[in-house]
Amino acid sequence: MINNRAIFFALLISYFIYTVYIFVDGTDSLPGMVAHNEESKHGQELFQKYNCIACHQFYGLGGHMGPDLTNAMSYRGGNVGELIARAFLANGGNGMPNYNLSEDEISSLIAYLKFVDKTGTYPPKVYDMTWYGMIYQEDDPDWPSEDTE
Amino acid sequence: MIGLKFMKLGIISLAIGMFFGVIGGFQFLFPEFLKEFLFTKTRALHVSMVVSWIFLVAIGGIYYYLPRYAVNKLYSTKLATWHYWLFLLTGITVIASYLSGKFGGREYFAFPPILSIPIFISWIFFGFNFFKSMSLNLKPWPVYYWQWATGIVYFFLTYTEAHLYLIPYFRENMVREIIVQWKSYGALTGSWNMLVYGTALFIATKIGGNEKTASSKMAFSLYFLGLFNLIFGWAHHTYLVPSDTWLRTFAYFVSMTELYIFGKIIWDWRASLSQYEINRHNLAYRFLFSADIWVFLNLGLALIISVPFFNFYTHGTHVIVAHAMGSTIGINTMILLASIFYVIGNCKHVELTDKQKKAVSHGLKLANVSLAVFLIALIIAGVGKGVFYTGEPYQVIMYNIRPFLMTFTLAGVTLMIGIWAILWFAFKSLSQEIAKNHESQEINEAVNIKS
Repeated sequence: MINNRAIFFALLISYFIYTVYIFVDGTDSLPGMVAHNEESKHGQELFQKYNCIACHQFYGLGGHMGPDLTNAMSYRGGNVGELIARAFLANGGNGMPNYNLSEDEISSLIAYLKFVDKTGTYPPKVYDMTWYGMIYQEDDPDWPSEDTE
Repeated sequence: MIGLKFMKLGIISLAIGMFFGVIGGFQFLFPEFLKEFLFTKTRALHVSMVVSWIFLVAIGGIYYYLPRYAVNKLYSTKLATWHYWLFLLTGITVIASYLSGKFGGREYFAFPPILSIPIFISWIFFGFNFFKSMSLNLKPWPVYYWQWATGIVYFFLTYTEAHLYLIPYFRENMVREIIVQWKSYGALTGSWNMLVYGTALFIATKIGGNEKTASSKMAFSLYFLGLFNLIFGWAHHTYLVPSDTWLRTFAYFVSMTELYIFGKIIWDWRASLSQYEINRHNLAYRFLFSADIWVFLNLGLALIISVPFFNFYTHGTHVIVAHAMGSTIGINTMILLASIFYVIGNCKHVELTDKQKKAVSHGLKLANVSLAVFLIALIIAGVGKGVFYTGEPYQVIMYNIRPFLMTFTLAGVTLMIGIWAILWFAFKSLSQEIAKNHESQEINEAVNIKS
């Protein structure tokens, strides 16, 4: 009979190996990703300070009171997304509270949303599905560029 | 008695947490409702308090069961008391931080990260006490002790992972940030499931009186599948996040198999119970039976949303909320209530009257029916948001699914009433037992002094 302790420790080791893999590979650099500058970093801090994730989502993670913000800056094309976001941040409305944010704070939050926007498309627009139902999308690191048509 | 105190605190936490959940539900429908008390606060309070319920009652059960069934006494009751007070004081500080609008702003961990330090320390107290106590148990451990031990070890690992965002390497890469969040939250849920499922198997074993089942190959296979799921199962949340794809498919199979086997084991235990034992532990048995049914229903939902194609339409919608609620209320809460009523059934000084048992049963029925409506409404709302989405503005989508969100909120009210009714009798019984124990302790001390 296989020793229960041996299985436990084997799984524990696999946990560490797997975790290290997740942390260093597959998410390291994706095409099109922009650098996180000081302004967007400040925006990220503000996003957390006001607990925005309670109502909004990134990649489907977060609350449902407001829309997912992954591609809030780009999905309407041009700078429409930014104008809408600025209006909501400045005045609130439709369930969004008015936090009386300063112009600098609004710009930082916009910079953060722009940074997030460049990390991928959610939900994916260009994707492929296998016969067993698995979905591959254009932003995956192993997505072959010629298959995107 | 420290185990009972943890359970009492858990009951308070759930009662208040559900209340904030209902307030949040109304705010969801009517954003002007209690406008000054922002949804960002009510959601954080709701989530933290119901998660605390799970931890507190699972921990309380372990503190109660260990000295009675596993070893002669707990390694240190003093350490367990420190654990209790540290948890309580940290909890009060977390609530105060939410009410004053001070957030850490992370999903599920909305409190400032500095407060994670006392939480971590309180778990060190718990872990140290558990392993020191269990080191005196030299017999091969039944599976439920393994599950408790695993829950503790992996809590430390996954809770640490959940705070990696404090390091710029993780925080400054959005995709890594999201992946690490899902990984840590998914595995953290797995770690508390280990504590809860261990409790379920412990009670089922004690009610059934067949210790061999808990040491069987089948039970250990289930446990290792559960652990495998804890390590790899989180990946189904990241189907739509750009990352390596092979990680994701694998996790689902493990997850679904685990739920299936778990349901089957409880089902088999139920079948083997003698009529006498069923009657003796009637309430605990009923709660376990409810959990059993919810395991199967939740398995069905998990199966559907596990297929990436369906996940594509349901991820980030209320269907996922339904799955989370089905697991935490239908499975975790029912098991923990079974644990509380199993403990009450074994109390020396308290016995529920038939009338009280009937009231608890009515509460359970109301909770189960409400939960069914609650989940169906969420699923329909999620399908409406995900499948029938054709590019309308967010407010239009929300307007279209509003009747279902209203049903969900109203079902939440009746669910809260049903659970409150159960909690009331549980709280009263545990309080009486603690008070009577204090009394008899004082009498014993007085007799000792006299003699």
